[in-house]
Amino acid sequence: MALEKVDLTKVKPYGDTLNDGMVQMSFTLPVSADEEAKEAARRLGMKMGLEDPSVVSMKAMGPGFSFFVVYGRCAASIDYTAIEVPKVDVETMSKKEVEAYIEGKIKRDITIIGACTGSDAHTVGIDAIMNMKGFDGHYGLERYKGIEAVNMGSQVPNEELVAKAIELKADAILVSQVVTQKDVHVPNLTELIELLEAEGLREKMVVVCGGPRINHELAKELGYDAGFGTGSYAEDVASFVVDEIVKRKLV
Amino acid sequence: MESKLNLDEKMIQEARQAAKAIADDVQYFIDEHTTVTVERTVTRLLGIDGVDEMDTPLPNVVLDNIKQGGGLGKGAAFWIGNAMVELKKSPQEIAEAVSRGELDLTKTPINDEKDIQRTIDEVAAVTVGTIQQNRERRDHDMKNIGDGEKPYLYVIVATGNIYEDAMQAKSAARQGADIIAVIRSTAQSLLDYVPYGPTTEGFGGTYATQENFRIMREALDEVGAEVGKYIHLCNYCSGLCMPEIAAMGALERLDVMLNDALYGILFRDINMQRTLVDQYFSRIINGFAGIMINTGEDNYLTTADAVEEAHTVLASQFINEQFAKKAGLPEEQMGLGHAFEMRPDLKNGFLWELGQAQMAREIFPRAPLKYMPPTKFKTGDIFKGHIQDAMFNLISIWTNQGVQLLGMMTEAIHTPHIQDRALAIENAKYIFNNCRDLGSEITFKEDGIIQSRAKDVLSNAHDLLIEIQRNGIFKTIEEGKFGGVKRMRTGGKGLDGVTKKDSGYYNPFVDLMLQGGA
Repeated sequence: MALEKVDLTKVKPYGDTLNDGMVQMSFTLPVSADEEAKEAARRLGMKMGLEDPSVVSMKAMGPGFSFFVVYGRCAASIDYTAIEVPKVDVETMSKKEVEAYIEGKIKRDITIIGACTGSDAHTVGIDAIMNMKGFDGHYGLERYKGIEAVNMGSQVPNEELVAKAIELKADAILVSQVVTQKDVHVPNLTELIELLEAEGLREKMVVVCGGPRINHELAKELGYDAGFGTGSYAEDVASFVVDEIVKRKLV
Repeated sequence: MESKLNLDEKMIQEARQAAKAIADDVQYFIDEHTTVTVERTVTRLLGIDGVDEMDTPLPNVVLDNIKQGGGLGKGAAFWIGNAMVELKKSPQEIAEAVSRGELDLTKTPINDEKDIQRTIDEVAAVTVGTIQQNRERRDHDMKNIGDGEKPYLYVIVATGNIYEDAMQAKSAARQGADIIAVIRSTAQSLLDYVPYGPTTEGFGGTYATQENFRIMREALDEVGAEVGKYIHLCNYCSGLCMPEIAAMGALERLDVMLNDALYGILFRDINMQRTLVDQYFSRIINGFAGIMINTGEDNYLTTADAVEEAHTVLASQFINEQFAKKAGLPEEQMGLGHAFEMRPDLKNGFLWELGQAQMAREIFPRAPLKYMPPTKFKTGDIFKGHIQDAMFNLISIWTNQGVQLLGMMTEAIHTPHIQDRALAIENAKYIFNNCRDLGSEITFKEDGIIQSRAKDVLSNAHDLLIEIQRNGIFKTIEEGKFGGVKRMRTGGKGLDGVTKKDSGYYNPFVDLMLQGGA
């Protein structure tokens, strides 16, 4: 028997058979682990739209809390062909190509400031992009000829970042948000754009954000030029920044 | 302990000797200086607490008054003692008078130095007695209620609301946690005052206040009695209020404190002169209060490469050990930090991590080493994250670490949810129990991968320490030798709070605590 072909207008989760819709999930309920709790978890699965939800594990987490693993068939499907995700629309250049691009088209050194702003103390992301060593074999911006890279580190207030950008006449600002609580990264990212606009700087700089919970679409929505998610490297960011500088005639 | 690694004893001794010389060099500087937070700590230990109508803590009000009068170099104890002799009032009454603008400490007529010291010593003895009692209570509870088996399971709570934290902490204790750390609200380390009262809002954590300490202590005592073991409470004695937090912790019976000047210098850009002076007094307090300190070397590997820079962790542990010794901290209270941070796809990376963990164990045999989980290469793939944490747990039980900061599979996603913590505890308990005596069963191949790794790291740390001894710690930090982060001697936050001690400087607590009590 030939394999059934995927209908891209009706895509749903795959467990071991096409269109079985199998999903796994886990969650905690603030009630003690007993038969009623287990039934509550099952009904919750149904209310989420799962067919045949099955509570495969229930564990007590002390009095008043229980943890569940639930499987079920997802009834919903998605028209994959109708999806258009805005992406950073620049071909990534290598480090050498970026350096040559700066030399040839910008004809001066550019300054890029990076910071992990607001409450976030996790510099993993900004370090991966900025620091000499980079990440996973991809050198960071500090090592690029023609780029003056300044990494301000973690928990930098937006005001301080803007002040630094003014002081150094930065061409671009990179903001990283890695771990955030209760979505505090959204108002925090918004605030930076507002500050830049208030200073009349927004149009004069390339402003980019990145982090595991950030994508290009969200970034654009918040008023950034681009957003980079997990798996982006220094050359991706650098390519975008130098291209944008030239495109917007910020040379 | 029988060595599994055949480490070169002579090299360890030389490294330790170099670290001692490095600490000696800094101690000259420390002994000549005091800071605003050291003196605010003295006021707290003299019983001054509360805030004025602007919510400024009274210790700050008092110190501002002394600093404005140019009296910082004599120390807060001198001025408060002087006012006590002159006015026959308690330190708290004096602080309140200062806050009402009725009293200017440095303008008060100067009394006889002996009278001042005698008056202050009486108050100091009472506080020191209270802290001594807290220490005895802890020892008593650990013996009578029970205590977790090492490695202690260490988890964090960080809701921002101390009451919510207390609830989550109890839940974690019931699941098996031994140490509960309350992550501080973002950027509290950069505040030059300690907030006051119970707090219910914070970002990425909960404010460290004395009242919050008390609330959490009470919750943990309660759940400890329920689960039949003493639950240790941890907070962050770092940043610009390092010794003040130590004093608050000593008074409210905290058990573990992050306490590392180098961490603050490198990762919070706190001025190095300021924080090294602050650290000394905070470690004296922690030492006397029986609080285990945790040092922050593990953080170097979040910015620098865990393979190439492993020796900087060891070098820093040697230095931290010497700084701690100078402050009277016994080895049993030195939770020196290190971490499991190598890239997971590294061939034989586990063997290297194992070699390093065993090395730390053998070089600091009595220290309850604080072992930090993988964070840098956590990607959001929680399933892989859970395995990374399991590998880390295996090394910990194998090499007998002291404090196991549990890895969360949701690292790099959010501050832990209740089930993240529960699953992390379950992971560790399973492995610790299943492999409890692995370490005493297995020896390592002579000159194999594990032994060679440990030898290399020791040898590099040894050379680095000799170099630091030659250049001094300040210059070493300026050159970015730790964590790849460069900090200047006069840069960073808090330098304006440092001053040279004048003749007649007085702080009764240093001697009292170093001598082990009244």
